[in-house]
Amino acid sequence: MQEPAISAEEPGRQAEWWAGVKSQLPIALGVIPFGLIYGVVALAAGLTPAQAQAMSAIVFAGSAQFIGAELMGKGAPLPVLWLTTFVVNVRHLLYSAQLGPDLQHLSRGWRFLLAYLLTDEAYATTAVHYADPQTPLTHKHWFFLGAGMMLWLTWQTSTAVGVFLGAEIPASWGLDFALALTFIGIVVPLLTTRPMLAAAVVAGVTAVLAHTLPYNLGLVFAGLAGIGVGVWMEKQ
Amino acid sequence: MITWLTIIGMGVITYAIRLAPIVLLERFALSPALRQALKFVPVAVLSAIILPELIMPGGGVDVSLANGRLLAGLLAIFVAWRTKNVLWTIVVGMVALWLL
Repeated sequence: MQEPAISAEEPGRQAEWWAGVKSQLPIALGVIPFGLIYGVVALAAGLTPAQAQAMSAIVFAGSAQFIGAELMGKGAPLPVLWLTTFVVNVRHLLYSAQLGPDLQHLSRGWRFLLAYLLTDEAYATTAVHYADPQTPLTHKHWFFLGAGMMLWLTWQTSTAVGVFLGAEIPASWGLDFALALTFIGIVVPLLTTRPMLAAAVVAGVTAVLAHTLPYNLGLVFAGLAGIGVGVWMEKQ
Repeated sequence: MITWLTIIGMGVITYAIRLAPIVLLERFALSPALRQALKFVPVAVLSAIILPELIMPGGGVDVSLANGRLLAGLLAIFVAWRTKNVLWTIVVGMVALWLL
């Protein structure tokens, strides 16, 4: 990750914006395959190319889009999809609440724009930058904007390529499995404590046991069960 | 039409989550208990998606050597644990699925 130059002089808007863009470059490399796979998976689930691309622009949240495409493919009804989206994305409350105090001096327009660009990836580098006491707060929102725009462009472009390729790739390749693999790659490194491990195991097993519930509600129950066990174990 | 409505609703929900604490900050102090619970959300939700994909690929529970997705998934879990790298996890898991 490239850190913005630290100097006694206050970095200008452009310098901050570029630093934000550059901070996303290594992350963007990792995001490109997910965008590609999302495009492919979304078409495999039955979305039209326009719908698949629009979801990237409107929702702009990778894991929720993967799950959303899968649930739509399985014919899950609308309230379940919305509830699932909420459960999967509720972690963004933490990011927003953490960055919020440093954005209070900004205009409404800025705050509405930056909220749209608040993804896991943009948060990761922006939070580090905001925590740096060497740089004054004055133009730090330009860093946020640069990071957010870079990730946005990467996501939209890679989705478009994935949608383009998706029509050419046969289902027998099992590319839908890439979704589960992506999640394994995200989750396993997070299992560093016993409560986290317990949350994962309980959620997974509950999901299997509850799969007969209608409307994919098993996912919601399983998530709640995992969270409950994790919190309970941490209190022990 | 319903698909479009679904997508727009998903977007509105996601945006509201991202926006609410920034705009309503003073009314949005997250309690320590809520923060603690939120911490488990990604692991719990993603695990609830992963496990059924691995052990019931055809819709029924299949814990046998004939289940290629289970074997590929276990290998991917090992790779993720050792490398902590998502891309390697995907590559090894997909190759394993094709070979097994």
